[in-house]
Amino acid sequence: MSEEAVAVAKHEKRSWLTPFNVVMGIILLLGLILTIRRFTGGLGSVTNLDDTSPWGIWVGFDLYCGVALAAGGYVTAASVELFGLKKFHAAVRPAILTGFLGYSLVGFALLYDVGRPWRLPYPFVVSQGVTSVMFEVGACVALYLTVLFLEFSPAALEWLGLKRLRNVLVKMTIGLTIMGVVLSTLHQSSLGAMMLIVPSKLHPLWYSPFIPIFFFISSIVAGLSMVVFEATLSHKYFSDKMDEEHAASRDVVALGFGKAASMVLIGYFAIKVFGVALGNHWDLLFTGWGAWFLVEMLGFVALPAFLFAVGTRDRNVKLIRATALLSVLGIVLNRLNVTLIAFNWTLPLHEKYIPNIQEIGVSVFVVACGIIAFRFIVTRMPIFYEHPDYKEAH
Amino acid sequence: MPEGIHTLQEFMLRTKGVVYILAFAYLAGFIAFWRFLNQGKKRY
Repeated sequence: MSEEAVAVAKHEKRSWLTPFNVVMGIILLLGLILTIRRFTGGLGSVTNLDDTSPWGIWVGFDLYCGVALAAGGYVTAASVELFGLKKFHAAVRPAILTGFLGYSLVGFALLYDVGRPWRLPYPFVVSQGVTSVMFEVGACVALYLTVLFLEFSPAALEWLGLKRLRNVLVKMTIGLTIMGVVLSTLHQSSLGAMMLIVPSKLHPLWYSPFIPIFFFISSIVAGLSMVVFEATLSHKYFSDKMDEEHAASRDVVALGFGKAASMVLIGYFAIKVFGVALGNHWDLLFTGWGAWFLVEMLGFVALPAFLFAVGTRDRNVKLIRATALLSVLGIVLNRLNVTLIAFNWTLPLHEKYIPNIQEIGVSVFVVACGIIAFRFIVTRMPIFYEHPDYKEAH
Repeated sequence: MPEGIHTLQEFMLRTKGVVYILAFAYLAGFIAFWRFLNQGKKRY
């Protein structure tokens, strides 16, 4: 072998050892070990879950945060396909992909969390339990995952060169978008409705008969913010995969979605205040829990609403992007407050559920799987660019 | 139970009354927010 060939071979060998691959490789390896422990030793071997706290971080983070942050799919598709805001068209495929991967990972994480995961299809084929809110959540998530798969499929079919099937699916776009909005409205709110059963366990500042509405409205904020946040990361790491239209639409999407997010956030802030007023819980605001509630409401709802508004007014895209991250963190904080932090709030700290490091490890593993899948897809399929064969299709 | 509230009727009257006031305040405030949002260099 010549020196040149050896140098090329060495370079190719080195190119696999990028920081991204090393970090992801370590996470995947640890995740596989935890997976084996979970499915051979049971939930008790890797979690701190018990009969008092049967739902932990896998529900609070992987499911509740995952579903909320995957809302960008229905928000963006509805904006473009139903409301006719075609200037945001370039954001649709990345948003649908993020939503599809988000919901897929919710299903994947549920396999770890459910004691007998092979029974996940039972609500559809064995015992429906149609009076349960959880049945509604399960049915909607399963159906919406199917809808997202069909919405995402045209990109995969363009990549595979299956024109006829791709054209059939593209003709279904409006119907699928309507289905997506209906199913998302149902299950985003139903995730909140599941908390209606625990008025004595959830702190009164977070519990409200209107919690389904809170969850639905905040999911719109999560979707809008997540699209802006995801676009920021994509432009940083995948700018070489983008065509001119996509690159040019970056600021348009940030300004438009930032403006929408500011209006929805200010409405969300108002209805949360109405929730406190309807429960007459003003006195609780002057407790420790009240201070924490105010941190969420002022720091992660009112502040992003104001910053989005300033960013939109001054056309300050950098501010909007930074605020999108703040807003995403706010949604994560809200979901964790409802499901974990303010849940079982009367228990002393030593009896409260605190996630095991292995549980956190599985959640990191699930997120890493999503990042790897996202990277695999956007580097191969027409997500950030129009496929040359379909340039005139939009 | 807050002072002056002894029945569910009184509780609902008080809390709903407060929410109605807050809702009207929000609607007035939203107009100001809308004006703030659209007073920039160029209306988006």
